[in-house]
Amino acid sequence: MITSSEGKSSVMAVPAASNMRLATRLRRSLRRDPSLFFMPALLIVSVAITVAIHPQFSDFDLQSLAMGALPLAFAAAAQTVVVIAGGIDLSIGSVMAVANVLAASAMEKASFEQSLLLAVAVLMAGAAIGALNGLIVVLSRIPDVVATLTSGFIWGGVALVILEKPGGGAPQEFLNLGTGTLFTPWLPNALVLLVAAVGVIWIPLRRSKLGLQLFAVGSDRIAAFRSGVNIDRTRFAAYIFSGLFSAVGGLGLTMTTGIGAPLAGVYYTLSGLAAVVVGGVSLAGGRGRMLGPVMAAFVLTLIPTDLIFLNIDPNFGQVIQGTLIVVIVMIGGFVDMERNRK
Amino acid sequence: MSEATFLLEAHDVAKRFDSVVALKAASLQVRPGEVHGLMGSNGAGKSTLVKIITGVFPADGGQIFVKGVVRSFRSPAEARRAGIVSVYQDPALVPDLTVTQNIRLAGASVDAVRKWLAELGVVRLDFSLLVRDLPDPTLRLIDLARALAWEPAVLLLDEITASLPADLSEQIYAMVKQWRERGNAVIFISHRMAEVSALCDRATVLRDGVTAGVTERARGSEERILALMLGAETARAVASVPSTRVSRQRPGDAQAALEVRGLRCSPLVNDVSFKLYPGEVLGVAALEGQGQEELFDCIAGSRRYDEGAIFAHGKELRLRHPADAIAAGIVLVPANRLLALLQQRPIPENIALPAFGGIRNWGPIRIRSERMRVESAIGRLQIDTRAGSELRRLSGGNQQKVVIARWLASGFDTLLCFDPTRGIDIGTKRQIYALVREIAAEGSAVLLFTSELPEIALACDRAIVLFGGRVVAEMPVSEADEATLLRSAHGLAPLAQASS
Repeated sequence: MITSSEGKSSVMAVPAASNMRLATRLRRSLRRDPSLFFMPALLIVSVAITVAIHPQFSDFDLQSLAMGALPLAFAAAAQTVVVIAGGIDLSIGSVMAVANVLAASAMEKASFEQSLLLAVAVLMAGAAIGALNGLIVVLSRIPDVVATLTSGFIWGGVALVILEKPGGGAPQEFLNLGTGTLFTPWLPNALVLLVAAVGVIWIPLRRSKLGLQLFAVGSDRIAAFRSGVNIDRTRFAAYIFSGLFSAVGGLGLTMTTGIGAPLAGVYYTLSGLAAVVVGGVSLAGGRGRMLGPVMAAFVLTLIPTDLIFLNIDPNFGQVIQGTLIVVIVMIGGFVDMERNRK
Repeated sequence: MSEATFLLEAHDVAKRFDSVVALKAASLQVRPGEVHGLMGSNGAGKSTLVKIITGVFPADGGQIFVKGVVRSFRSPAEARRAGIVSVYQDPALVPDLTVTQNIRLAGASVDAVRKWLAELGVVRLDFSLLVRDLPDPTLRLIDLARALAWEPAVLLLDEITASLPADLSEQIYAMVKQWRERGNAVIFISHRMAEVSALCDRATVLRDGVTAGVTERARGSEERILALMLGAETARAVASVPSTRVSRQRPGDAQAALEVRGLRCSPLVNDVSFKLYPGEVLGVAALEGQGQEELFDCIAGSRRYDEGAIFAHGKELRLRHPADAIAAGIVLVPANRLLALLQQRPIPENIALPAFGGIRNWGPIRIRSERMRVESAIGRLQIDTRAGSELRRLSGGNQQKVVIARWLASGFDTLLCFDPTRGIDIGTKRQIYALVREIAAEGSAVLLFTSELPEIALACDRAIVLFGGRVVAEMPVSEADEATLLRSAHGLAPLAQASS
């Protein structure tokens, strides 16, 4: 009879994951996901190169690096959530622009306390825009690329309606959240903000059932459906988080530039996607971690800085930057292929 | 009410996919405490019925009763809450998640799954491994253990033993029996007749989407099941087909147009050898998943094989790419027409495409000779082009003709046809088989797999039967009636030997 089987459970020799030695677990996750090693290494190498060609690298350089990478890192984070769930969001830059101009036009004459409340409102607006994107994708059955590309045009237009030309502003204390430093000049607020925002949103999500469903839907939709996952709801949720991260990115833009610019965000759609790819997140969905694209955002910000330090013609610099991205992605691809060969 | 005596009842369930009718009127009654077999040849609608019962897709007609109450589930999760859980043919586990994550994803208890896996004989499984790194048999067992962890009142097993080694199958039989002892029901789908007659208390037989009958376990139930699968009408229709061809006498030393020797392509093709002579149509009969697809892919150069050799006219081939097979004169008409054709391009372009495969052909196209060749192929096949020039506007049968026409226009030696009449109306079917005969009469060789066994007799000279990735029978077409093929395809010995 079945009831006797309870006694058998002691027979099982299954090692529980929790008692496994840390080294074993680290080795396994490295083998499973080489980008866990590859990305930090790439970041350290790029910082080392920067210091080598620019030995007077100071706290100020670190601050401007963190400020420059902040919006890009959030754009990458927004894209990562959707790509992991097997989609793609080409409206991220436009949503960032909307958040940027919303904040800059509303906060221009606000006090610091009011600006914080307004920031929360902008975040909610971002999530709502994301929800609308998700609704279009899920209900219309239009492929994600087409749906978000077109909705991106709409949000780009909305940004121009809100603020026709660059302008607006925000209280200095609010700007300080993105431009100042904490405790020491070597700890830029931008970095703290990035770690805090990604940590507060992503880590609980990653550990929740929804997080599991995001990966499941991106990995194999049919298997996920058969496991009882509601595919549409999960994809919808991914777009909400994408909108939320985009709005954080838009606020970051406001903090670091001090104004709202309706066209500034657009650039971040494609460079955010580049950061996702460089960061080892599979565009096929289901694989990757948030750390990769966020680190990649710093690497992608360092490359043009280095080229300026080297006094290279900016037009030529773009060629070099593109080539470097291709090479990095190729190396990642080879590592992946080696892994899959086993 | 009488319904209440059944745990699960399906009543006249119907389902169609576009123009293909998968189920017409399928009925099924499952009692508590029984193992219920669900049988039927290819395309009879078994898997469709399972998927409708478990809410993978909605039925077009009919009703499902669970414990006497009408239910219609919109998702497997909903069916699960009503105590109905299925293990599908392909594992429903997400490859990029770990075993533990997959169990959590489905809302099952990890401890319960661990317990059931131990019952199934799997004790040393590391749950933190990714599903993509685990072998297929292990996944089937995890899938089953996860299903058991929900303690379903009705457990549906769709071909669970198809790709399992014998010892694991034994574990599963034991588990199925245990589940029955607890007063639950198990619906067991399998092509292995021996398994069904050993395990199942009753069996429902589907034929062409209709429930043909229900058998109790008794002596000779295998014969009854086969008879139900065949159906009286089919048997009569096959008998009335006139023998259209004179059986050709083959010179003993004739060289085979295609020879396959000891082919193995794990896990589905284990050991396949046969010879195909010029001017001959060789039929391949097999139930689903016996390695026929992989076999055709290997010969057509789109899949690498592990062992064995393929010869064309006595010369061993190195097939690394479909282009290698085409260069050796071996061309494939695949089951899925969509894979072979450019849906949005005009018919002539589709027909002419294979003739321009090589780099030498990158130059300008000789328009007039192309048009002549294409038009002669269209004319010969009676392709109905009225529907418009874009390929996707053609009916399925006409699309299939285009696939064959392209090879006629470019020339070939050996034609591999994989289920060329799937989902095609009867008139076009006959045209396609006439065409296959004509191609053979002109001296080409044809290897033909069809999932509809009576068609072997219509089009072939000789037939081989695959079971478990091996050739289990070979016979001239005069002996290849549907009953004989069906027996062999189920891994049963031919009737003559069994009775002697």
